[in-house]
Amino acid sequence: MLQQTAARTPEMLAHRLRGLSDRAIAWWFIAPTILLLLAINIFPLIWTIYLSFTNYRANRPNQELEWVGLRNYARVLNDSDVWQTLQVTAHFLCWTIVLQMLIGFGLALLINKQFKGHGFWTTVILLPMMLSPAVVGNFWTFLYQPQIGLFNQIISFFTGIDPSSFEMIGSVQLAPWAIVIVDTWMWTPYVMLICLAGLRSIPDYIYEAAEVDRASQWRQFWSITLPMVLPFLMLAILFRGIENFKMFDLVVELTSGGPGSITELASINLKREAFEKWRTGYSSAFAIILFVTVFGAANIYVKALNRVKQR
Amino acid sequence: MTGLSTAHSVVEPRRWTRRIAAAVVIIYALIAILPLLWIFMTGFKTPPDSISYPPKIVFSPTLEGYCNLFTTRTRQTDEYIASLPPAESLCDQIARDRHMVIAGPSKFGPRFFNSVIIGFGSTFLAVFLGTLAAYAFSRFKVPLKDDLMFFVLSTRMMPPIAVAIPIFLMYRSLGLSDTHLGMILLYTAVNLSLAVWLLKGFIDEIPREYEEAAMIDGYSRFQAFIKVVLPQASTGIAATAIFCLIFAWNEYAFAVLLTSGRAQTAPPFIPIIIGEGGQDWPAVAAGATLFLIPIVLFTILLRQHLLRGITFGAVRK
Repeated sequence: MLQQTAARTPEMLAHRLRGLSDRAIAWWFIAPTILLLLAINIFPLIWTIYLSFTNYRANRPNQELEWVGLRNYARVLNDSDVWQTLQVTAHFLCWTIVLQMLIGFGLALLINKQFKGHGFWTTVILLPMMLSPAVVGNFWTFLYQPQIGLFNQIISFFTGIDPSSFEMIGSVQLAPWAIVIVDTWMWTPYVMLICLAGLRSIPDYIYEAAEVDRASQWRQFWSITLPMVLPFLMLAILFRGIENFKMFDLVVELTSGGPGSITELASINLKREAFEKWRTGYSSAFAIILFVTVFGAANIYVKALNRVKQR
Repeated sequence: MTGLSTAHSVVEPRRWTRRIAAAVVIIYALIAILPLLWIFMTGFKTPPDSISYPPKIVFSPTLEGYCNLFTTRTRQTDEYIASLPPAESLCDQIARDRHMVIAGPSKFGPRFFNSVIIGFGSTFLAVFLGTLAAYAFSRFKVPLKDDLMFFVLSTRMMPPIAVAIPIFLMYRSLGLSDTHLGMILLYTAVNLSLAVWLLKGFIDEIPREYEEAAMIDGYSRFQAFIKVVLPQASTGIAATAIFCLIFAWNEYAFAVLLTSGRAQTAPPFIPIIIGEGGQDWPAVAAGATLFLIPIVLFTILLRQHLLRGITFGAVRK
């Protein structure tokens, strides 16, 4: 009896599903995704907005909740530490994007020459970006050690500088570059791969026509290659920009914001405020400001990107 | 692929151009791979070898790093060690040579296992839900479709720490903090945006005529989805699953903030492997090697779909 019921159930379920209209299927298929995103993304976002108007502290949940209006926002925007972390973030963002675009685009141009074995070497180059930034970032602290570290040793080999005379992570001058170097090492392949797709999307006949018109290599690059790859480059900048604005894992494991707060990116500062000082209300306001900044910038950027694409 | 040029085309790069290009790319690749090779090599060094000055390129390999990774050891007097029965295993012997005795297993095994459970659990859920949603977005007129798709994507723009503040409070009151279920749900939500966008691209490429033909043959819409669309989309689904798995595998910010003991994954754990007097670099490197190797294999497997995955399906080859 029980077995019979068990055997019949899937059939009944199937029967019911068979009878579903397209509209019902659309609804049933999308609803779980939207519900989960509402529960784990949107509800927390709304909660953060709410908390940003209060003096809530997560380590004192029983303290009386006070409505403080926009005071948290005013405090964040008047905080010189916040402006410093934003400046650090801007430096990081700017240099990583410039370096990754130049090296990535350059590599893509070279790989596009289709030399023998380019597929294999491309795969080798791609490896760093797929790996865990925290684990790899942590290992870079080892490579950056003066004396015993491989990085210092190699620099010393090529320049003759004493490997124990400089500390990439410990020094105020070099630490901001230490994180730029590791991020560039990790994410240049990303830009390269996107640029490669852009280069391969250019049909050969355009170059053939340019060749017939006796256009120089230089001219071909500026008038054909660059404009055709530009939308791809801009897309790469968008993705890298968003990712590096949110950057946390790699830099936390590398320098944890130090020395002092020389490499303290916005996310690291936010983590300190929220999970070490437990200023939940204040850090919620900071989080909202960061989110609105990325969201706004990304929207404006996408509009610009679409205009370039339409040209 | 329009880039493949014919043998005697005018745009064919000259031979020496090609050679220079190859040389530069190979030099870059070798430099880029060097830190990874160094991780691999350090895993087989003894602790003194790993911190020697200048760094050792030639060394006699040992499994000490791997032994230290999986065990905890205590220092003992030589008399005590001499009084023990002969060492049973290689790791035992290595520990005794360092005047230590193995005290028990380390936490690396359980942390690695947590990574596997949370990685596979969240990947399965994200791909399952993502396939359904992607099919609906691809085939049906959904009201506000573009807005919903953008909403799905915008959830990726939040800095993880900003999301972690309310999630931390929410999980604390629901009893989900430091649980596998909590982490699986969180990673599923984060991965869903990627899964929906990627899978929609893959399903868009399957001609509608296939299902329509099946439906004329008497299949219902649901049957056509199961029996026609899913098999056609299987490569795309597999690629998407690997991308989700890699994300969950590598994720650090949520793991470090929301887990501590029970459900902690490997990325927050590997950097805090401590030996006597500082970080035990061979053990860290051994842990990193074991942790990174699956991803290296997956990357090679995924090569064809990599571009799509990292751009949320915005660029297809």
